[in-house]
Amino acid sequence: MKQQYVFGLAAFLAIVGLSVFGYKWQMLGFPLSKNQQTPVWTVEAAISFDSGPGSIKVNLLIPTLTPGFRMLNENSVSRGYGFSLNYGSGGREAQWAIRRADGAQTIYYRISVYEDPGFDQLDTTPPFPPSPVINEPFKTAVDVIVADVKEHSADPASFTSELLRRMNDPSPGTNVELLLSDAGTRSEFVESITTILASARIPARMVHGLQLQGRQRNAESIAWLEVHDGDRWRYFNPITGEEDLPERFLIWWRGNEPLVSVEGGSNVQVSFAAQENHLDTVTIAETRAAQHGTRAIDFSLYSLPIQTQAVYSVLLMIPIGALVMVALRNMVGIDAFGTFMPVLIALAFRETKLIWGIILFTVLVALGLSIRFLLERLRLLLVPRLTAVLIVVVILMLMISLMSHQLGMETGLSVALFPMVIIAMTIERMSVVWEERGAVDAMRAGLGSLVVAIAAYVFMGLQWLEHLIFTFPELLLVVLACVLLAGRYTGYRLLELRRFKVLVGR
Amino acid sequence: MFAIAQKLREAGVLGLNERNCELIMRLNPRRLYPRVDDKVLTKELALKAGMAVPELYGIIRNQGEAKEFAAIVAERDSFVIKPAHGSGGDGIVVVTARSQRKRNTFRLATGALVSEAEIKHHISNIVGGQYSLGGYPDKALIEYCVRFDPIFSAVSYQGVPDIRIIVYRGYPAMAMVRLPTRESDGKANLHQGAVGAGVDMNLGETLTGVLDNDIVDEHPDTGALIAGLRIPEWDFILQSAARGYEVTGLGYLGVDMVIDRDLGPLILEMNARPGLNIQIANCVGLANRIARIDEIHKPDAKPVERARIARREFAAERQTSMPFDT
Repeated sequence: MKQQYVFGLAAFLAIVGLSVFGYKWQMLGFPLSKNQQTPVWTVEAAISFDSGPGSIKVNLLIPTLTPGFRMLNENSVSRGYGFSLNYGSGGREAQWAIRRADGAQTIYYRISVYEDPGFDQLDTTPPFPPSPVINEPFKTAVDVIVADVKEHSADPASFTSELLRRMNDPSPGTNVELLLSDAGTRSEFVESITTILASARIPARMVHGLQLQGRQRNAESIAWLEVHDGDRWRYFNPITGEEDLPERFLIWWRGNEPLVSVEGGSNVQVSFAAQENHLDTVTIAETRAAQHGTRAIDFSLYSLPIQTQAVYSVLLMIPIGALVMVALRNMVGIDAFGTFMPVLIALAFRETKLIWGIILFTVLVALGLSIRFLLERLRLLLVPRLTAVLIVVVILMLMISLMSHQLGMETGLSVALFPMVIIAMTIERMSVVWEERGAVDAMRAGLGSLVVAIAAYVFMGLQWLEHLIFTFPELLLVVLACVLLAGRYTGYRLLELRRFKVLVGR
Repeated sequence: MFAIAQKLREAGVLGLNERNCELIMRLNPRRLYPRVDDKVLTKELALKAGMAVPELYGIIRNQGEAKEFAAIVAERDSFVIKPAHGSGGDGIVVVTARSQRKRNTFRLATGALVSEAEIKHHISNIVGGQYSLGGYPDKALIEYCVRFDPIFSAVSYQGVPDIRIIVYRGYPAMAMVRLPTRESDGKANLHQGAVGAGVDMNLGETLTGVLDNDIVDEHPDTGALIAGLRIPEWDFILQSAARGYEVTGLGYLGVDMVIDRDLGPLILEMNARPGLNIQIANCVGLANRIARIDEIHKPDAKPVERARIARREFAAERQTSMPFDT
């Protein structure tokens, strides 16, 4: 009964720990290894214009739905302008307004995005577009083309491809030539395509995007064609007719409306600049969690002040060290002084580094022991004697620090990080064992403590483990589950196999 | 590695984890621990149950009472000082005689001479908690020093040889004799270097000895053969041990007994966490005997009956004992 209870509890803890871990790892994208970085693109739209005499109102279309990208943050830089974000007919709009301004003005809108290939936001399914009102003779031309293309296609996608092929034909028919006579620019070309598609009752729209690559001073927005096939939006290269979206294509705005409109200003110019940065993946995962509205981030250690974070990155490793100690003591069977003494020594080793830690620890304990044997002759009562040992330990630590400083070995200073009370207790315990059981036993337990401390140090020093525990503190539940199971481990200890060897075969 | 573990499992060897998990935690409720951890209480309970224990001369409960040491020992030449909460024989001082010239100088079992002041310091240490688990303040007992029966004198180097019996749910399951050596400093603790000798549960006769996990036939200091010594009053010893279950209520119990030249078997102390070296001394695993006791266990069996059953069930296989005519 008790056994099952322990197993059940351990399983429960492990499952909870692992599922929170899995959620944060898979769904929120928290990285498994340290210093994992994700490229982040910062795109800046600079609007410059000459201010007129009256109030100024600037409207900029900004990214709304961005397949393949997620937004990290956005902000605007403008001096003295009121700033607001609105939803317009074509998607999100940034709006700046000011009562009056003098001279040339420049307003910046900046957005940071990172790539997420699987990311596809929910887009609305548009109604069938009304037949556009087209004047003759264009109407006849459009009707002819639509009828002709319909003959050679099966669905909206193939209709679009076929239409684009015809419109881009180097030797187009007269109908196509007529329709394209007005289309000077690429946008106008795409616009006329959408008009033809609307005549065929196929929802289509023009998208404008930037192809992000490295650092760009003057990025050009490129017009692309978006067609709804009744199920989802599909992207077509208006020139080649192929269905695809260029790599790292950030869709900035949709529709035929101009990117920017300025009331009360003239000489409006918009230029885009893009820059690639690398940001810690953790930061991005946090932002994503916040956007998800999940509570996971509220309980993340990354939300703590940096100093507290540093403390916890050490503290969270103590359970790992303790787990190592449990394994070494209950499964291997190594003797050690005190329950947690080896873990605390291992903690001090983190600061002193291993070799110096061992040397300092050994010197400290050896000196302390010899003085403790001198104290024994004074026949002091227990508590005063323990206190005397503690004071001696502090004095010894001070002397080691001063001496190593004189000798120019700054590492010796780190002796101050040893837990002095623990060292004093170790010395006391060791001297008692020495007297009662002999030097061999005392040395063995002392050495055992050191071995456990070194093992704990090695595990507590694993960088990837530290990162893992710090990013996914819920894994401590798994550690707890392991300890619970170890608490019900009734098998032999490794060293018992040697101890009871004589009994084999009897 | 797993092969050895498998063989040990088959031989019924009990490991420390299993002992802690399956026996001590299950059968020894913590509230009963004071009955064995406090030697004063153990003595009272044993006396109440009509068992034989070494006479208690006095108790020193705090530092102030240390000066009453002289009054407690009075004119006695030999006595034992031990911490009430000691473990593993730590902190026990055996005084066997006084110096010829100075009455306040004592000769220890080890042969060393110590002054009364030194003994008082030792008592202070005991009272201060140096030998108690967790360092809590303790009491010091001063009691009768056993004059041990000559039965083991040939196989002991100083000190008092004692008999350890493991009692499982009231049934004596396994026994060994612990023989002090020079290395163990006269103490009868195996991990301090004493020799452990297995005991045939039926006859009460010693089997081979074990020293530091190695099987030995002769005592390392005296050279005498260890096997084949017949323990006197074995029936009474087993019954006393079995009675320890009623006294303490502990299902997994170690009972330590000594045989006094004049007073016969006496209970020295009882232990709620008896060690596992007894298996090595007997070259037999404990788990099989425990399983057997679980089979034949009767809740209403009297100590005398349980002792009889133990003799019947756990007789040693004769060929493992050493021929003593060689």
